Amino acid sequence: MPRMTQLDLIRNFSIVAHIDHGKSTLADRLIQMTGTVAERDMKAQMLDSMDIERERGITIKANTVRIEYPAKDGQTYVLNLIDTPGHVDFAYEVSRSMRAVEGSLLVVDASQGVEAQTLANVYQAIDANHEIVPVLNKIDLPAADPAAVKENIEDVIGIDASDAIPISAKTGLGIPDVLEAIVKRLPPPKGERDAPLKAMLVDSWYDSYLGVVVMIRVMDGVIRKGDRIKMMQTGAVYGIDKLAVLKPKMIDIAELGPGEIGVFTASIKQVRDTRVGDTITHEKKPCATPLAGFKPAQPVVFCGLFPVDANDFEALRDAIEKLALNDASFSYEMETSAALGFGFRCGFLGLLHLEVVRDRLEREYDLDLITTAPSVVFKLHMKDGEVRDLHNPADMPDLTYVDHIEEPRIKATIMVPDDYLGDVLKLCQDRRGIQMDLTYAGSRAMVVYDLPLAEVVFDFYDRLKSVTKGYASFDYQISGYREDYLVKMSILVNDEPVDALSIMVHRERAESRGRAMVEKLKELIPRHMFKIPIQAAIGGRVIARETLSAMRKDVTAKCYGGDATRKKKLLEKQKAGKKKMRQFGKVEIPQQAFISALKMDN
Amino acid sequence: MMEDWRHGGFGLYLHWPFCAAKCPYCDFNSHVAAEIDITRWNRAYLSEIDRIGELTKGRVLNTVFFGGGTPSLMPAELVASLLDQIRATWPTANDLEITLEANPTSAEAGRFRGYADAGVNRLSMGIQALNDDDLRRLGRLHSVAEAERAFGIARDTFERVSFDLIYARQGQTLAEWRAELTRALHMAVDHFSLYQLTIEDGTAFGARHAAGKLRGLPSEDLSADMYLITQDICEAAGLPAYEVSNHARPGMESRHNLIYWRYGDYAGIGPGAHGRLTLNGIKTATDTPKAPLRWLEMVETHRSGEVLAEPVPTQDQALEYLMFGLRLREGIDTGRYARLAGQALDADAIHEMADLGLLDPSPGQLRATREGRAVLDAILRRLFP
Repeated sequence: MPRMTQLDLIRNFSIVAHIDHGKSTLADRLIQMTGTVAERDMKAQMLDSMDIERERGITIKANTVRIEYPAKDGQTYVLNLIDTPGHVDFAYEVSRSMRAVEGSLLVVDASQGVEAQTLANVYQAIDANHEIVPVLNKIDLPAADPAAVKENIEDVIGIDASDAIPISAKTGLGIPDVLEAIVKRLPPPKGERDAPLKAMLVDSWYDSYLGVVVMIRVMDGVIRKGDRIKMMQTGAVYGIDKLAVLKPKMIDIAELGPGEIGVFTASIKQVRDTRVGDTITHEKKPCATPLAGFKPAQPVVFCGLFPVDANDFEALRDAIEKLALNDASFSYEMETSAALGFGFRCGFLGLLHLEVVRDRLEREYDLDLITTAPSVVFKLHMKDGEVRDLHNPADMPDLTYVDHIEEPRIKATIMVPDDYLGDVLKLCQDRRGIQMDLTYAGSRAMVVYDLPLAEVVFDFYDRLKSVTKGYASFDYQISGYREDYLVKMSILVNDEPVDALSIMVHRERAESRGRAMVEKLKELIPRHMFKIPIQAAIGGRVIARETLSAMRKDVTAKCYGGDATRKKKLLEKQKAGKKKMRQFGKVEIPQQAFISALKMDN
Repeated sequence: MMEDWRHGGFGLYLHWPFCAAKCPYCDFNSHVAAEIDITRWNRAYLSEIDRIGELTKGRVLNTVFFGGGTPSLMPAELVASLLDQIRATWPTANDLEITLEANPTSAEAGRFRGYADAGVNRLSMGIQALNDDDLRRLGRLHSVAEAERAFGIARDTFERVSFDLIYARQGQTLAEWRAELTRALHMAVDHFSLYQLTIEDGTAFGARHAAGKLRGLPSEDLSADMYLITQDICEAAGLPAYEVSNHARPGMESRHNLIYWRYGDYAGIGPGAHGRLTLNGIKTATDTPKAPLRWLEMVETHRSGEVLAEPVPTQDQALEYLMFGLRLREGIDTGRYARLAGQALDADAIHEMADLGLLDPSPGQLRATREGRAVLDAILRRLFP
């Protein structure tokens, strides 16, 4: 079994890139060219193991691979690559991965330049004191303009790009130069082999065969199979059952020393028993001080998940519990809605995270779900001085008890070709944004806005893509809470309030939001035998109203003796189908209405 | 106690499954065949008439209906042979109604005399539109002029004539339909059927509609307006609707179709013909194979074209009665419904829909209003238990 590697022959790095700029392809090429994986076992997006990751071409979970590289200097180096997610929802995953490595490859598409996501992630790398090697990918494309993109990197990020490596991850051009640069330009890790064990818990996940698998980066000391280790934050003690490195398949190893990255299993029951950023040491001979640790990721977007068929509630509970075993960043609690029955109020890191979890519940557990409008966490400052978190607009207390309401704000960075700048500024203004910065790099503008998260969670990104024909990139960080004039807007259908449709909204925007929602609902709710008023109201005051006309034509034109059986079955089937719609008083509302009603088309 | 079917009477439906060409909107059981062995078909129909005759011995036959397909493609001798056998099998009502469906092409008009001589006393003609462009779009093989000529011949040949029109067609305006209907009223004698174009699955129109290529279909509101002016115009002209899509001078209603809607007994003979027959006191649903040759071979080898004969549970009978009966202006007998269903209709639902002006209940009776008949499927969904 291989033993640990000496420090100066180790390089640990991550890759920072915007989606589609070729991060996963570059990782694939590094794995392939060093023979880490046999040619016949190679597949695209080697490090992305979830179906959703491959389908959407995104990385959700950080993954790692250990590559052995015989360098030109005659030495064989161990290169540990931690592949990180690019999407803003998973920024916390990026930040902790960055703490486990010493350098980053900054991959920029030579035909596109720096994008907003790249920016956010590269700043995380800079914060972590990384040595950064710029790499210009897609150099083989006719539209590639390496000189301009180098200038763009220097302008926007402010790092020297003169040594940027031109490559084509697709064709393999320049990959040997990247491997050499990793060895020559990135620093080796530091650490004391003889010091007490100090390792960082980088990540953990649930494997159906092995149980909880823990990824660590050893800082000092040596960890061996069979060791009794202690998690310093939780105080829990475990025995190491299995110690391995990922290539990316698990290969057993006898020990891991300073600078090395690997995984272990230790009969840990749930992912929730492990805390990312925790310090792992030996039970008997602990290190003196733990590592700084991380703040756990906080859910920022909440929504209700309800089974379409009320009988599936238990199945949904099981599925959510299983999923939560492997995703500590997602929170849930039972919720009862007058409209939708029993379900769960779930918290997510962002909208992509919400979609990924919902997709996985529907796909892996075969459930049909109703998703209610996403909401952020408002802070209610009560008159008695108490501060309450409001996760669900339906829980809004009587206003007479509330002194003021605060909402989360974000700092949003948007990069956009100047042709679309006006549309982007208008979109941000419409969403109650406050402009903080506007700069240019070539013909691309970078705008920074302070925006309410509530205005962004729902369909901001879709709208941004649509007004800029997909040319804008967007990233954000939560910047804090601020008071604003916020109210709860209720929707009444046929004079009955529908709790699952109530939203928190800025008072000045309530009329336009209300109008848009009632108009949309008028399209979404099928006509009934009677006319149905659809109203938006604040407290008792109606601020927008539409009337859905009564149905006027619904009859089979031809019905003779031969049609008896077929027609009767059809009517019975339609009747059964209607039972699946959600009934509010005398009105039936289709499931998709709960989300579609909130989409703003213009 | 009187058997339930006697409220509606007893009729015989004969299905001729062949057409010269298949129309893109039609979901009836119709086939285009290169060659038809008339002798074989004659023998098979006669065999089925004998079989059903045995089951329903002694009943008075009220009506016969040749439907299709295109029955006006049948040789007159075949029609005569079948009607002779029918008259020899059952005692017939004095006013026995014998209807045959026809297409208005000149070739078919040539056979009308022969049909009348065979005993057909009512012809129902599929004219469908009084506009040549729309006839082509509907896949019809005749022109308006040809239809008018054929209809003239029919009027001179048969005691009673009816014709069908399809409206709410692609791109049709309210004014255009009003003009077309007025022109149709000048042609009409005592009965016609006015159907709104329905896009059915499994038809050429169904496929085009699913692909989003069937443009210009009317909105719900336009379709409702068209329906309502149709009621008004026909009523004013003395041909009120007696059923959702059927209009007649009083007394000139299709007695055969009334048997369905009043939920009487009907025997179905021919490929894909359904029946409802009360046998030994049990209402029985019958069915035959849809494919013409399969039906033919079954009759020849098994002496029966029946693939299904199963009792209709009384609750289902109640639903069928409700579904058919509310199509009629006269509505249903609520006592008869309750006897079949074992319980009365949902009084709250009736009350609610009466308040909305859709139903008109009276003691022992329930009928849908003019507006109610326009949304009858929704009413039925509400009334179905």
